[in-house]
Parts: sequence; structure tokens; C-alpha cells
Amino acid sequence: MDTMAAIRETFFQECDEQLAELEVGLEAMESGAADAETINAVFRAVHSIKGGAGAFKLDRLVRFAHTFETTLDLIRGGQLAPSVPLLKTMLRAADVLADLVKASRNNDPVDEARMETLIGELKSACGVPAPAAPTPVVLTPNFDPPTADDEPIDFTPTMISIDDEPAPAVPQTQLYVIQFTPRPELYRKGNETTRLLRELARLGEVTVVCDSKSLPSLEQLDPEGAYLSWRAELSSDESLTTVEEVFEFVVDDCELEIEARAAAPQPTPAAPPAPTAEAAPAAEAPAPVSSPPLRLVSGGEADKQAERAAPPAAAPEADKGRAEAPKSEAAATIRVDLERVDRLINLVGELVINQAMLSQRVTEAGLARASSVAAGLGALEQLTREIQEGVMAIRAQPVKTLFQRMSRIVRELTDATGKQARLKTDGEATEVDRTVIERIADPLTHMIRNAVDHGVELPEVREKAGKPAQGEIKLSAAHRSGRIIIEVSDDGAGIDRARVREIAIKKELIAPDAQLSENEIDNLLFLPGFSTAKTVSNISGRGVGMDVVKRSIQALGGRIAISSRPGQGSTFSMSLPLTLAVLDGMVVKVADQTLVVPLTAIVETLRPKKSDVHALGVNARVISDRGGFAPLIDVGQELGYRTTPADPLESVVLVVETEESIRCALVVDAINDQRQVVIKSLEANYRKVPGIAAATILGDGRVALILDIDTFVARTNRGATSSDLLFAAAG
Amino acid sequence: MNDLQSASNDSLCEFVAFRVGAQEFCIDIMSVREIRGWTPATALPHAPSYVRGVINLRGAVLPIVDLAERLGFPPTETSARQVIIVVQVGGQVVGLLVDAVSDILTQSTDHIQPTPDVATDVAKAFVRGVLAIDGRMIGLVELDMLISTEAEMAA
Repeated sequence: MDTMAAIRETFFQECDEQLAELEVGLEAMESGAADAETINAVFRAVHSIKGGAGAFKLDRLVRFAHTFETTLDLIRGGQLAPSVPLLKTMLRAADVLADLVKASRNNDPVDEARMETLIGELKSACGVPAPAAPTPVVLTPNFDPPTADDEPIDFTPTMISIDDEPAPAVPQTQLYVIQFTPRPELYRKGNETTRLLRELARLGEVTVVCDSKSLPSLEQLDPEGAYLSWRAELSSDESLTTVEEVFEFVVDDCELEIEARAAAPQPTPAAPPAPTAEAAPAAEAPAPVSSPPLRLVSGGEADKQAERAAPPAAAPEADKGRAEAPKSEAAATIRVDLERVDRLINLVGELVINQAMLSQRVTEAGLARASSVAAGLGALEQLTREIQEGVMAIRAQPVKTLFQRMSRIVRELTDATGKQARLKTDGEATEVDRTVIERIADPLTHMIRNAVDHGVELPEVREKAGKPAQGEIKLSAAHRSGRIIIEVSDDGAGIDRARVREIAIKKELIAPDAQLSENEIDNLLFLPGFSTAKTVSNISGRGVGMDVVKRSIQALGGRIAISSRPGQGSTFSMSLPLTLAVLDGMVVKVADQTLVVPLTAIVETLRPKKSDVHALGVNARVISDRGGFAPLIDVGQELGYRTTPADPLESVVLVVETEESIRCALVVDAINDQRQVVIKSLEANYRKVPGIAAATILGDGRVALILDIDTFVARTNRGATSSDLLFAAAG
Repeated sequence: MNDLQSASNDSLCEFVAFRVGAQEFCIDIMSVREIRGWTPATALPHAPSYVRGVINLRGAVLPIVDLAERLGFPPTETSARQVIIVVQVGGQVVGLLVDAVSDILTQSTDHIQPTPDVATDVAKAFVRGVLAIDGRMIGLVELDMLISTEAEMAA
């Protein structure tokens, strides 16, 4: 049963990929960028989901996918024009399909009404009252695309032997020899050999041998052709009619011979050796029996042998390769359990630490820098770093999947609000660690909702302003200096600064006479408890505002900024680390303790001169900083490592800037190093410590704490709210 | 520790006994992950005094609780002789700083007696019961309470 669950899980994973493909395709069709291949890809996606769902008896899914597929088939055949309303319906259908897949996966209840509505819409779009029962899709003769060839994509011609059910030794046991050679039509009608053979296996003990003799070389291979035949020996106590029934639907599209032989006295041991012995020399390579179900990329001469060895897997790849070479490269993927990757990442983290410890020991042992040991260590360090980068890249994912989810949100929101907007994405291939992707999904969703709900105006308003009725929301991602920048911008009305100010005053977030720059007003949006929505809608007014977005971005070590131009729209841009596993930091010494300060927060480091330091009040001191004054904070005193503050003139000062753009000068004893450190959770075994973001392990094997500049600085101003802080710094 | 009651029908349990100052305590061997020597810990800011800091346990950050101070004794003097008993409590792994591990005991859970009433509140909160062995009294430490947040807040 476990294997079955695993296969089922694989099916759902593939469904996710198909759904993504489907959505991309439909959107391309909507934007008019579609060619015949796009429509085929869309069709294939739905078709594959239907096929797999059938195997798992997910009837509702099959039924819906079938209706969907019928519509797509008409479009593909040119009998139905993909009009804008039809595409909208199909995009909604894709959403419903995604919901159905999800519901089937989790055994959740299904929104039947919505599904039926869309089935109705799709059917009426076809203009034909489609029959209720799923019937095979009737294909028009003028179509040329490869539909059937993707069917056996993950099928490997291994011997199927079902040995958990020993054949009962009843006298009626018959030995059937089945010779089965499908014709291309069989695949074209959406049948699959695997399923037929599996069906056979249910009748009794079966041994299947695939004959690939007639498989041509790759150059001559017709991707839509059918070259394989199978010979199955089935010992079953079912009647001949029952066996024939298995092939009932395909009998016209294949050559089929079923021969009933007298029962062998011992069918189990006798049956398998015979065909194996016969097939092994016949097949060009004995590899088919053991070839792993990896996807192969079509390549040069060297690969040909391999492809011949796994013909069904190679055929569709060859087809893809013909269509678009880079695409087939991308298809060379394997599925790996996430846990294994995480374990590997942890281990590499250990390796980095150990390597650092080793170098430190070598230095301590007084070995010369030019010694061969030191040289070897240098090479090790290089390798370690490369391994680390390589391993981190395994977990990196393009933001594409995340962006695709957003287009659905825009679609649903525009339907709900009566606004018109489309999502334009850019830089979808930008890669970032999957943990980052997981954790920005919620804030990003919120920002997209905001862009539709608050940014884009109603169509009438837009037209009055001389803008196209349909708004555009741009979502882009790019790598910039070791970070990923994600921007959400809309071409809406922009921030209504007068209203923002008014609300902030009403909510007592600012003083009525406060003098604020435009940028400061925009940043008011990030204050807790601020919401500009006039009415609490179910879209973005859920009591959570941009402050929550900001906090979750900050928790990731990211920053968020806003810019807006009245009448032209607003842009929110997030800058995030590429990974949550390592961090660039400055290693500092404070009262005999080693601390790490995140490099991103540090503006500058300096040795203060006497004239720079000024006392303010009883025990507060400030330092001149580029024309302003930044408060001096003694890190050791603040963390309780010492009771009397260090003399700033004897120390090093790090000028840091928090997310709220508050500048502070941190007094530390010395700067030891600047390096990349592996982030280790403190919360896993302890709990969150205020002012401390996480821990790391240094070269000497000891734990060092990583400062969380924002909470650290906020703590030194206990009692002051963040808004007070903001304007204390601003004013 | 929760399975003490359910397993109380004359089932045998193994305990690791250790010394804290002049007194002996023990914990269920099933929660012990390893025993290791003392290594200097990195101090944690804003931590209760009995939290000595954190050490590197093969890549994991392990908080160290000074059991003596937790139980209300003077803090343990640390030297290379002291040991850290690494225990699993719920989902967390914590190191307990003790003076020495003295024994492995096999005892029926029936022999666990309730903590005598004379004990101080602190000791009572962390001692689940006592075992009498060869005239010695060994307190069974309640691990769940030892590092629970509530207890820390109160402390």
C-alpha cells in the first residue's frame, strides 16, 4: 500500500507541474503570445491530469478534466476560436481544476456547485451538449501535434511481475500468451499501454517483456509513432473473455493475439524464464530491464545507445528537443526528498565550521603560511565554499511558482471588485532559496491584494484619467548584489498623501503639526494599526496591514521600501537575502564575548575622536555622524556583559541603520573579522532572546551570537513606540 | 516522564544518578542523549542566572542549565571535572550542568515515593519523587518543569 501512496504522491506532484504549465499556457494565449505548441502544451497538461486521475479513480477530477479537455481540443482543432471570454472561463476552469486536485490530494470536500457551473460554461462554449459520461476525445483529422507521445513519459520497460499474489493452484488456471503491438492510433486516442498491462496483472500472475526490435534510430524516429510491442504471459483462472475484455477499447488500434495454452503444472517458475531467455538476445541491449526512470535529455551520439535502451522515455524527449532545445535541458530533473537536501545543507554547514576550526588550529600550531599544510588548507577552503554554494543551489528555486500563484489572486480579486487588472511578471527565473520563497508568499499575496484593492482604480475612474480601463500590476524579481529584489508596482492612483496624513493624525500616529516629507508620509503606511481602506472589505482590510508585511519581511532579514507618484501608481520593493542559512557579518569582540553584527545593517565603522563624542543628559552620549548626531550604545553594557560602559575613545564604533532608518552608533571593543557565518537557531533548543537574531559557530568551535540590530536598538529605547522612534530620527 | 504512571505496574526503569553539590538526583535514562565534559559556554544576554549560556554540540546550539542554581543551591563552580548531561525535553535538547554522574540505577517505578513535605518550594517544583537506595535518598528530577517558560518567568 505504501508504494501506492508514493505513486499517488508523485501523481499529485506532477499535477502541480501540469497545472503550472496549464496556467502559463492559458496566460500566453490570453496575451496573444501563443502558438500551436502552447495550445498543445495546455491540452497535454489537462490530458495528463485526466489520465492520472483515471488511474486513481478520482472520478470528479476525471469528469472535470474531460470537459475541459474537450473544449481545448476544439480550440486546438480550430473549430473554436479562443475568444477573450472563453479564455477567462478557461482560466477559471484551471483554478477549479487546481482546487479539485488539491481536494483530491487531501480528501477535502469539493465545491460541486462551482465545478458544475464551469462544466456548464465550458460545454456551452463548445456549443455541443457534451455527453455526461466520459467518452474518448474525438480528434479531428487535421491535427498534427503530439498528444499521445507524452503518455509513456515515465514508463520504463521493465518486467512487471506481480509476486505478492501467488497464483492459486486451481485446476482452471490457464496460461495466456498475449502478443500486443499497439498502433500509433492507440496512443493518439489517449490510451496507455502501462494501464492495460497493469489491468492484466490484476487478473493473475503476469510476465511482460517489451520488444523494442522495430525501434528505429533516433534520426528516423517518428515521435508520434508506435514502435514497441509487448509479449505477456498471464497465468490466471479467468476466462479468455475476461482477458480479452482488458483490450476491449483498443482492439481496433493494435495487433493483438491471445493464445490460451494448457495450464503449466508449475506456472510460476516455468513462465518467467522462457520469455526472458528469448527476449534478452533479441533486444539490442539488456538495459531496458534495469534502466532507472530518470528523464533523459536528448543529446549527441553517446546518448543514443542510452535512448535506445529506454525508448518510451526517450521518444517524447526527442520530440521536445526538436521543438526547443533549452526546454529539454530543463526537463532533466530528478525528484529528491526535501529532507535529504536539508540534511545535506546542514552537513555542509558543519563542514564549513570544521574547516574554519581546522585552519584556526593550524594557525595556532604556528605553521608557516607558506607551508604545504597551509596551501592544502587553502584549497580545502576553496572546495568547501564551492560545495556550499553548490548545495545551496540545489535548494534554490525560481520564483516562477510563487508568481503564478499571484496571477490567480489578481484574477479572483478583479472578479470580486469589478476592477480590471492584469498581472505582468518579469524575472520569473530568478532563483532564491525555497525557505525564502515559502516565507514571502504571504507578504507578497498581501501586497498584490493591496495593489488591486487600493492601487488600481475602477475602470470608469481610469478612463476619466485617460488611462486604459485595464490596470497593470507588475511583479518583478532580480538579483542585485547578492540579494533578491522583488518589486510590486501598479499603475493606479498612487498614494493619497493628504488622506494618509489625515488618517495618521486621526489615529494619533503623528502630531497634527508634524512636518513630514513625502517619503515619510508614504512610510506611515507601514505603521501598526494603519489602514486606509474606507470600508473593511474582505480583500485587504482584515486588520492586518502593511506593518505585518513589513515585519515578516524584516524577520527574513529583508527590507521594504515604497515609492509613489500621484496618478501614476506606487511601487513596493523588497530586498531579501538569497538564503536564510548564511549571513555576511562582522565579527566583533565585546567584553570578552564574540558577537556577529549583520553586515547589511552596518553603514560605517570608525574610531571616534574626542571632538566627535558629546554627552547628552546624565548618562547618554551621542556621536557626530555626517552632520547629525547618533546615540552611542555600549553593546557590552546593553547585553549585560559589563556594568560600566567602555570608553568610546578606546573602542571601535559601528554606525548601524535599522529598518526604520534610525542611525545608532554601537560601541564595541574590537573588530576581529568579516566573514560569512552559518545561521543556527537559538529557538530550536532555547527560545528567542531579545536583541539577538540567531547564533553561529565560529572557527574555534564556540558559539557566537548574531545581533538583531532592529530589536537591539528598539530595546535601548524601551517605552518608545516604533512611530516615536521613526519621528525622533526623522525630526 | 509522562509514561511513569502508565508503566507503573511493576515495570523496571533505568535512571542516571548524578551529584549536585552533596546531594544525589536522577533522571530517566530514556531522556538522556549523551554525557560530555564541561566546555566554556557563550553567555546569553537577558537570560535567567541558571542558564549558563550556549555551547556547540556538533553544530547545534545547546543551552546549558546549571542544575544546582536551578534547584536553589549556590551556582556550580565550573572546571573540566564537571559534566553536562545532554537531555531531550519535549522537542528541545538541553544540557544540564552537574558535578558528576554517580550511577545507573534499575528500579521499579513502584519504588518512587512522593517528595517529602519538608522540601523547599523550589526543590518540590523540580523533584518529582524520591528513590531510597542503600540508605541513600535520590531525588527524581522533573525535566519538563526545569526549563518550562512559566518557571523561568517566575524565576
